Amino acid sequence: MTAALPYRLLEGGAVDRSRPIAFSFNGRRYSGFAGDTLASALLANGVHLVGRSFKYHRPRGILSAGTEEPNALVQLESGPRSVPNLKATRLELYEGLTASSVNRWPGVGFDLAAVNDLAHRLIPAGFYYKTFMWPHRGWHVYERLIRRMAGLGRAPDGPDPDRYERMNAHCDVLVVGAGPAGLAAAKAAGKRGARVILADEDSRLGGTLLGSADSGWLGEATAELEALENVRVLTRTTVTGYFDHNFLIALERVADHLGPAAPAHLPRQRLWRIRAGRVVLATGALERPLAFANNDRPGVMLAGAVRVYVNRFAVLPGRRAVVVTDNDGAYAAALDLHRHGVEITAIVDLRPEAEAPPGAREAGLEILRGHAVVDTAGRRRVHAAHIARLDGDGSLAGPVRSLPCDLIAMSGGWNPAVHLFSQSGGRLRYDEASRGFLPGHSPQTVSCVGAVNGSLDTEACIREGRDAGTGEAARAARPPGRPAKGPLWVVPARSKAREARRFVDFQNDVTSADIALAAREGYESVEHLKRYTTLGMGTDQGKTGNVPGLAILAGTLGMSVSEVGTTTFRPPYDPITFGAIAGRDVGHLADPVRRTPIHAWHEENGAVFEDVGQWKRPFYYPRPEETKDEAVARECLAVRDATGIMDASTLGKILICGPDAREFLNRVYTNAWDRLEAGRCRYGLMLGEDGMVMDDGVTSCLARDRFLMTTTTGNAARVFAWLEEWLQTEWPELRVYLTSLTEQFATVALAGPDSREILGRLTDDIDVSADAFPFMAWRDGLVAGLPARVFRISYTGELSYEIVVAANRAMDLWTALTEPAHGVTPFGTEAMHVLRAEKGYLMIGQETDGTVTPLDLDMGWILSRKKDFVGRRSLARGGMRDPTRKRLVGLRTEDPATVLPEGAQLLGEPPSGPPETMIGHVTSSYMSAALGRSIALALVRGGRDREPGTVHVPLDDRTVRAEICDPRFYDPEGARLNG
Amino acid sequence: MLLIPCPWCGERDESEFTCGGEAHIARPPDPDALDDEAWADYLFMRTNPKGSHRERWYHGHGCGRWFNVERNTVTHEIVSVYRMGEPPPGGNE
Repeated sequence: MTAALPYRLLEGGAVDRSRPIAFSFNGRRYSGFAGDTLASALLANGVHLVGRSFKYHRPRGILSAGTEEPNALVQLESGPRSVPNLKATRLELYEGLTASSVNRWPGVGFDLAAVNDLAHRLIPAGFYYKTFMWPHRGWHVYERLIRRMAGLGRAPDGPDPDRYERMNAHCDVLVVGAGPAGLAAAKAAGKRGARVILADEDSRLGGTLLGSADSGWLGEATAELEALENVRVLTRTTVTGYFDHNFLIALERVADHLGPAAPAHLPRQRLWRIRAGRVVLATGALERPLAFANNDRPGVMLAGAVRVYVNRFAVLPGRRAVVVTDNDGAYAAALDLHRHGVEITAIVDLRPEAEAPPGAREAGLEILRGHAVVDTAGRRRVHAAHIARLDGDGSLAGPVRSLPCDLIAMSGGWNPAVHLFSQSGGRLRYDEASRGFLPGHSPQTVSCVGAVNGSLDTEACIREGRDAGTGEAARAARPPGRPAKGPLWVVPARSKAREARRFVDFQNDVTSADIALAAREGYESVEHLKRYTTLGMGTDQGKTGNVPGLAILAGTLGMSVSEVGTTTFRPPYDPITFGAIAGRDVGHLADPVRRTPIHAWHEENGAVFEDVGQWKRPFYYPRPEETKDEAVARECLAVRDATGIMDASTLGKILICGPDAREFLNRVYTNAWDRLEAGRCRYGLMLGEDGMVMDDGVTSCLARDRFLMTTTTGNAARVFAWLEEWLQTEWPELRVYLTSLTEQFATVALAGPDSREILGRLTDDIDVSADAFPFMAWRDGLVAGLPARVFRISYTGELSYEIVVAANRAMDLWTALTEPAHGVTPFGTEAMHVLRAEKGYLMIGQETDGTVTPLDLDMGWILSRKKDFVGRRSLARGGMRDPTRKRLVGLRTEDPATVLPEGAQLLGEPPSGPPETMIGHVTSSYMSAALGRSIALALVRGGRDREPGTVHVPLDDRTVRAEICDPRFYDPEGARLNG
Repeated sequence: MLLIPCPWCGERDESEFTCGGEAHIARPPDPDALDDEAWADYLFMRTNPKGSHRERWYHGHGCGRWFNVERNTVTHEIVSVYRMGEPPPGGNE
């Protein structure tokens, strides 16, 4: 025994010993080197115990050296920059790095919840489902405890201060993975002049070559690639999603490895959106653990990972090792360890007749064929492997021996990393020879090369890569190998006791017994097995354990792995941050804000804004010390008694031109447009083909073949697209052209009894007298010296004008109209809502919700009987005229001071306890200053057939009675409007 | 994410388009001639084939034109695109 052997070798590896880096893990300070990962640096400090398992809180160590790591999950840093669930095996060391285990309570060495481990017999597969869902009310109590015990990391505690970005890229060939196959493919494609992107998740190119002795090929290949200008090499970039038509996303960790020293101009991460002509997947393979009893103790590692730590990081993960394997690959790990002075207690080969690959015997290593590790000892670190001889049928034969060791390097074969291939829509086939799922056919232009294709020999990988890179070779079918003889997916234990837990999914604590139990309980489909046991449902998505799990299920059911199949691989291959997904679409860039040309005035005058679609509209203009209700009442009274002014620029404006414009209006509006003359306006109602009200607005005839349509603010884009759709798809014969003018012109509404006089003062060339300028007409002229078009239309029920000017003159117009001498009061959307509700005018989206017909609104008068229009036929269906449909009514509360909440449900009888029969709901409800009482609009079964009648409105603390009435509360004859 | 060859603009990303559902459903010339069931069939009923499907797509964040796409609903292969009013390249089914 060489007790003095250091964990870090004095030379070799790809770490820079001249650059020591201080870091902290679980509160203790350590030192590593530039080039280390957190995992390699911890191992170099002799730290194997890095976390507690998810369910049983068992001590866990570093299992792998890559993305597949199920155990070594850490919370990086704290505060708003904190990131949960990062793999220590992928986390590059930077100065001052601070990380802690995600699952420990309170500490990784002493964990209170480890009592779960002693009680594991009580919490088998499906335990949560069986126990905590009953009684139903208990779940919210249990859930908090379970979350505490089983949590994986914590969310950051503030807004993310870092910057992320998205990049779109196109290429002829995207090569995923920069191992020997990927490098060869990128090189070959690049030399042919193709635009190539080569992406690899590691910080360095090389893939598996980084974990073996350097042959020189890697350096040459890298240099050749760098010389090619048409090849873009992305390191630290994980291709994580493969979507339709060769669209892939990749996460580049631009500055993560620099930590706080990252320069400010760099984003933290960048999400690449890549459209590739061809995709070459050189994604490699992931080594599998062996399912022997207590295979999860710290110090039990994958053999390939051991090689990476020794060769790349110059770290010895142990001083005395047992290697256990069912394939040839792990022998290299034994030789690497042996070369650096690590004592190899034994190479335990499960295969009875295996011929050892060259090297091991020559080096004098003891090889135990037909043996297995049947148990391990050691709690926070393995200190012995118990081994025994196996029978020909794989059962225990012979006494159990104990071999002291502090490292067990295991290999249960390799899972080709077919995740991306499967995401592409590719089919997988189970290959008995290599005991893995291999790529079959994909509907997309993709080829697989190297280990993902089952090729584990470096020369073959390079050859396959080169052929795929030139695009010459379709993926050559691999000759079927000799099926492996009875692989031992579950290694026998020395006792039958369930103490001997053999972990398959380390992250979710799923054992071989759990899988067998699930199968016995009837969860025989892989999809059911997965959800019941949580096999493969961790953040690692079962990269190491899934295939062994499926094989154990197959064995229990007496089926082949091929028959059992595999669950679906879905993006992401590796988790990506929300920051990267959002990119720059955060804060004020998340959604555009639209402002009218008069916005600055509204702001300066204290407007409170309301969001209407993307628009900011003044809601009301409170004076100092004024409440919202007071401000709205004042604004409403100003319109009724004097005059108000409102910015209506956000209403949609669509110019409809062409010889068939009038016919088009006839088809999309319910009423007739044949006789509307130039200079006149008309209200129109638009239905969906299902007969439901979609939008309304005033359309003006500008000339025989020109009309200006207005739409509601929120529906402007939708109506425009709707009209285009009819024109392009259904009525291409109509000569009609649409132009949106919403943003080109601003609209100012001047409403109230004084409005005529004020307008008259500001124009010389428009005769504003009632005879010359009647209701529902428009006139051109100069208003306040500005070229304007004035529409005499009203949404408030008062004498009212809408003055339209070019958007860049809007502020001039507004300024002229708000001269103190005119005495106009600015009013916002809330006053507008009240004023129109007083008149019983509908508001789209308030009285309508996609289930309301014109008949429900008592607007049968607007349905032409002389022509067809969109939605007409649907209104002829019997049910549409059912008198018990919900129809529009007004409501007056018994107490005039009570304002009903909008959305309140209505009952025909006083409430008598649930279930109640609801007959309708309140759609709009306000306090009306003009009427001195509350008013409400509602949709009620039977509508005004119930008049006179009472409805009962149950509220939280009382029930309010209200009378059904005419929804036109104010000036029902329209005298003020037409005056 | 599909790559859709707009007949007016060329290949563009799916995010620029809106799918308008099954193509070649003409509005009945005389809606009154249809009974309620036939009208409901026009309004609501659509085929949902596995395999080749003709759809209308709208290039809203581009040229603003509607056109037809024949797409394989299993593989998402776009078999053909053709303008409104043009016959399907593969002929009527």
